[in-house]
Amino acid sequence: MKFSEQWLREWVNPTMTREALSEELSMVGLEVDHIAPVAGVFKQVLVGHVKSVEPHPDADRLRVCQVDVGARELLNIVCGGANVRVDLNVAVAVVGAELNQEFKIRETKLRGVLSQGMICSSSELGLAETSEGIMELPTDAPVGKDVRDYLQLADYTLSIDLTPNRGDCLSIAGIAREVAAITDTQTTPIKIKKIAANSKAIFPVQVKASEDCPRYVGRVLEGIDANAPSPMWLQERLRRSDIRSINVVVDVTNYVMLELGQPMHAFDLERLQGAIIVRRAQAKETLTLLDEKAITLTPEDLVICDEKGPLALAGVMGGKDSGIDERCTTTKIFLESAFFDPVRVGVRARAHGLQTDSSYRFERGVDPQLQVDAIERATALLLEIAGGQAGPVIEVANKKALPAPLEIVLRPERIKRVLGFVVDDEKIESVLTHLGMHLKSHKVGWKVTVPNYRFDIQLEIDLIEEVVRVYGYARLPEHEPNARLDASDIPETVLSLRRIKQVLVDSGYQEAVTYSFVDQKIQGLLTPDEEPLTLVNPITSELTVMRNTLWPGLLKTLLHNRARQQERLRLFEAGLCFRGQGDALQQERVLAGLVTGNAYPEQWGMCDEAVDFFHVKGDLERLFAMTGHSHEYEWRKCEHSALHPGRSAEIWGNDEQIGYLGAIHPRITQKLKINQEIFLFQLSLSILEKVGVPEFKELSKFPAIRRDIAIVVDKSITAAKIRQKVLEISGNLVKNVQLFDVYSGAGIAEEQRSLALGLTLQHPDKTLVDDEVNTVIERIVSSLKQEFNATLRN
Amino acid sequence: MQELQDIVAKAQAAVESAQDLQQVDAIRVQYLGKKGEITEFLKQLNNLPAAEKPQAGKAVNVAKQTLQQAVQARTILLKEQQLQAELEAQAIDVTLPGKGQNMGSLHPITRTMQRVSDYFSKLGFDIAEGPEIEDEYHNFEALNIPETHPARAMCDTFYFPDGKLLRTHTSPVQIRVMQNLEPPMRVIAPGRVYRCDYDLTHAPMFHQLEGLMVDETVTFVDLKGILTDFLQHFFETDLPVRFRASYFPFTEPSAEADIACVYCDGQGCRVCSHTGWLEVLGCGMVHPNVFKHCDIDSEKYLGFAFGMGIERLAMLRYQINDLRIFFENDVRFLEQFK
Ligand SMILES: [Zn+2]
Repeated sequence: MKFSEQWLREWVNPTMTREALSEELSMVGLEVDHIAPVAGVFKQVLVGHVKSVEPHPDADRLRVCQVDVGARELLNIVCGGANVRVDLNVAVAVVGAELNQEFKIRETKLRGVLSQGMICSSSELGLAETSEGIMELPTDAPVGKDVRDYLQLADYTLSIDLTPNRGDCLSIAGIAREVAAITDTQTTPIKIKKIAANSKAIFPVQVKASEDCPRYVGRVLEGIDANAPSPMWLQERLRRSDIRSINVVVDVTNYVMLELGQPMHAFDLERLQGAIIVRRAQAKETLTLLDEKAITLTPEDLVICDEKGPLALAGVMGGKDSGIDERCTTTKIFLESAFFDPVRVGVRARAHGLQTDSSYRFERGVDPQLQVDAIERATALLLEIAGGQAGPVIEVANKKALPAPLEIVLRPERIKRVLGFVVDDEKIESVLTHLGMHLKSHKVGWKVTVPNYRFDIQLEIDLIEEVVRVYGYARLPEHEPNARLDASDIPETVLSLRRIKQVLVDSGYQEAVTYSFVDQKIQGLLTPDEEPLTLVNPITSELTVMRNTLWPGLLKTLLHNRARQQERLRLFEAGLCFRGQGDALQQERVLAGLVTGNAYPEQWGMCDEAVDFFHVKGDLERLFAMTGHSHEYEWRKCEHSALHPGRSAEIWGNDEQIGYLGAIHPRITQKLKINQEIFLFQLSLSILEKVGVPEFKELSKFPAIRRDIAIVVDKSITAAKIRQKVLEISGNLVKNVQLFDVYSGAGIAEEQRSLALGLTLQHPDKTLVDDEVNTVIERIVSSLKQEFNATLRN
Repeated sequence: MQELQDIVAKAQAAVESAQDLQQVDAIRVQYLGKKGEITEFLKQLNNLPAAEKPQAGKAVNVAKQTLQQAVQARTILLKEQQLQAELEAQAIDVTLPGKGQNMGSLHPITRTMQRVSDYFSKLGFDIAEGPEIEDEYHNFEALNIPETHPARAMCDTFYFPDGKLLRTHTSPVQIRVMQNLEPPMRVIAPGRVYRCDYDLTHAPMFHQLEGLMVDETVTFVDLKGILTDFLQHFFETDLPVRFRASYFPFTEPSAEADIACVYCDGQGCRVCSHTGWLEVLGCGMVHPNVFKHCDIDSEKYLGFAFGMGIERLAMLRYQINDLRIFFENDVRFLEQFK
C-alpha cells in the first residue's frame, strides 16, 4: 500500500514527524519500507500558457513558443516536445530555475533562437520515471502559479509492506483508523453524503449466486461526460499510489478504492443488454478481459453477466467489451460496488494467474458494510466532475451469507499466561476500543464484538495479539525461560555428522553446498538409467531435476573452479539425494566427495604425484575406522554408469551397501572436456553413522613375533582374498597382516604380481617358539599355493 | 717452590691455549699423569725434612688442584664449543614451508549452523530433521495455511507433478515433532528450504533454522528473552534487539526481531536502508490451530517457535555481501572459513 502522506493527514493528523509515524507503524506490524518525496527537487517552475507556436527556422524538431507565465512580457521558449500547442497549459522552468539541484536554467540561444526558459516534461520534474513529450496541465491551472504549490508537491509517499492478514489497511480510511488507535488521536473521516436520485434510471440486478456475492450494490448514472478530464488533485493522488489515470470514471472508482477500500467497477450501460446477472460461469464460457487476455471459465468462477454472457470476472477484472472504451463517448454508466466471498475471488484469481488491485483487496477482506457508502462517494465525485444524473441505489443482499459480527470471549488470565506479563485491564479496554471493538463485561473477562472489517480476528489469541501489539512489544520485559532441566540423550552408537565432516576437513577437504536441483544434462551423463524427479516449475532450464546423487553439483563446482585455474580440488558435501518417484520416493542422507589433481599441495622436497584411488580410499578408511567395525568393510569391484569399471569399488559393510568410490568414467570426463582423473565417492550416512561401543580385549603379556613373506600370484587374486586366507589358516595366531609392498615388472611374469606381507604372530597364553612359528608360516604358504597357486618369491 | 709455581703457570698457559680435547688430555698426562711433572713433586715429598713436609705437601696439592680445575674448565669449554659447532652445522631454514596436507574448511553455512545449534543445544534443545520434499499438509495446512489463504501466495513454491513440493520453510518439522513427541519439548530443526525466487537478494535454495519450545509455562516474554540472549551471544556483543509486530499464519502473536545494524552500529547506512536496524528472524507463540492439528491441548500447553535465515546471519557475521557466492563454492571463498 503506497499513498500520499498529505492525504493520510487529512484523515488523521497526529503531531509527529513522518519518520516517527513510520517507526510507530512498523513497530505495530505495518512495516513502512519506503518513504520518498512525491516529486524531484526543483524550484522556479511556473504554470505557463502557450500563446503561439512557430516552427524553428533551423531545426525540424524544435518549435519556438510564446509563453505567458503571468509576467509583463511573454517568454520566448524553444521547445522540443511534440505535443506543444497553442492554448496548452504547461510547466515552465523560468530563467533562474533549478532542476535536480544541478541543472540551472539560463537565457540561451538554441540553434540561433533565443530561449528564455524550458517547458518541462513530467519526468524532468521527477513526477514520473519516463514520459513522452511535455507535461500537460489542466485548462484551469492558474497561470503564473508555482507548480510546486499548484500540485501540492510538498508531500511524501509512504509504502507499507502489508502482511496478508491486514486487508483492512488497504485504504486511507483503514490506515487512518490504525494510526488513530496507535497514536491515540481522532480521525476526521470524509462525510459520505447520500446522493438523492435525480433520475429514475435503473438496471435490473439478479444475484443467482448469493453465497458468493452476499451484497451487490449498483447505480445508473446518465448524462455524464466521460471525456471530462480528471482534476489534477485526483490524478496526483492516484499517481502517488502508483495508479495511472485512465478516464474520469475509472479514476473515480480507483480513487474510492484507495480512499475507502472498496474495489468498484464501471460498466458502459450502452453496451449491456437486459440485466446484470451475478452467477457461476458455465463450463467453456469465455471472457476477454480488459488487458485483452482471453480466459476460459469454469463453474468455479463467479462472473458478472448480462443477458448475452459474461462481462467481468467478479472482483478480479472487467471485460474488454463492457467497460468504458477508449473514446469515452458513453453517457450512461452502471457502477458496481459489491461484497464477494474473499475465498472465491482469491482462489479463482490465482487459478487464472491474475492478481489485480481489486482481487488483492477482496481476497484479504473488504468491509461487508461498505458497499453503499462507496457508491454514494463515487456518485458524488462523478456528478461533480463529469456532470449527469444519478438513478436510485440498487441493492441486492443475502443477509444470511454476509459475515456475521463475531463475539469473542477474552480472559485477562489468558493474556497473562500467553504474555508472561500483566497488562492493566484499563489498558486492554482502551486498546481494543480504539481498534473499533465493543467490549461488554463477562464472567471471565470481556465479551468482545469485532468490527466487520477485521477478518483476521477470529480467536481469543487474535485479540491478545492486538493488545500486545498496540501496547508495544518493546514495553514487555525479557525473561529467561523457566525450562525443566532434562538432559538430551548422548548416544555413543551414533557417529555425528559434525565429527565426520571434521575428519574430512582435517584431511584437507573443503565443504561445498550445492543446489538440490541440478542440470539434467550432467546428471543424465552420470545416471542415464534412472528416471529423474522433475520439477513442475524450475527456476531455470539448468536446474530442472532433483539430484539423485550429489555428484552433479560437485562436478559443476569442479567446472566453476577449473575455469578459475584451480586444478587441485578436494571437496565434499553432505545432504539429501532423491531417488524414485511417487510413493517409492526416497530422500537419502549421503556424504559425497570429489578429489582431483595432485595428492598433496605443491611443496618442496616432494615430487608432484597425482591423486589415485588409494589416497582417497585411505581418507575413507579413516572415516570407517571411527565406526569401530572397519574390519568388516569390504571393497568389491563394481559397475556404475558414472565410474571407470576397472578403478571403482562398491563398499559393503554388514551386508549393506554403504556406497561407492571410483574414478569417473573416461567417457564422461571427455564430454565435460576435462583431461585429468577425477575421483568420486558417495556414502550412505545412515549406515556410516552406526558405530559400535568399544569393548576392551585383554592385552597379551607375551611377545609378538613378526615374519615377512613375499608371494607371487596371479593379478586376478585380490589382496583381500589372500589376507582372509592367511587369517583363516593361522587359527588366531596371526594378529595382523600388513601388506607392505606390491610389485610387478622385471623378474615377475606379466600376468602376475608379488605381494609382500608382514605377519604379526602372538599367543594369548605363552611365548611362541621358533618351531611353532615356522609350522604356522609353512601351513600358510602351502595353503596359499594350493588355493591360489601362489609361490614364494626368492 | 718457585720451580713448582713456574710449572703450574706454564701448565695453565698450555691448557688455556689447547685447541681440542686431545691436547688438553696430553697436557693433563704431562703434568698430572703417573710420570707427570707435578706427580714427580709429590713423589719427592718423602725426601724432605719432616718439618717442611706439611707446607710443601700443601703447596703441591694446591698446585695439583689448580691444574685439575683448569683442565676441567677447559674440557667443558671445548665440549661446549664442539656442540655449538655441530648444532650450527645441523641448522635448517625454519622459514621453509611445512610439509603435508593442507587444512580444509567447513562451508560458512555449516559453520553458522553449528554456532546457532551450539547455543540452543546448551539450553537443552534437541535437533530434529524432516524431509525436504514435503506434502501440502505439513508445509501449509497443518501450519494454519489452508489452500485458500492469501499467505500461500507469499512464498513461491516449487512443485512436483504428483502435487508434492519442496518445503518452503523448516516449519513442517515443527508439525512432525509435535505429532510424534509429547510435551514438554524443545527442538531445533536446521535445514535447506526452497523458494521459486532468484535475484540479487534471493536464492532458490537457502537454509533456515527453526526452533520450537512447548511446555505449560512458555510465554511471550520468555521468547523475547531467549532470542535476545541468542542474538547477543551469536554476535558476541550486547547489541540492541527489538521486536516488531508481524504476521505468520502459524504463530500468534507474531514478531520479527531486528538487531542494531552491525555495519553502522545503528547509525543508519546503505545496508540497513538508513533505518539502523536489520531484520534477522521471525518468531511468535504457536497458533492454537497448529496445536489442534497436532492433538496438543492449547489450553494446557503453550509454545513458541522461531525461524531464522542462516545465510542472512552468516552474511552479517562474516561481512559477506553477495548471497549467491554461497552456492558457487569457489574454493577461494571456501578457504576463508578454516
Ligand atoms: Zn546500517
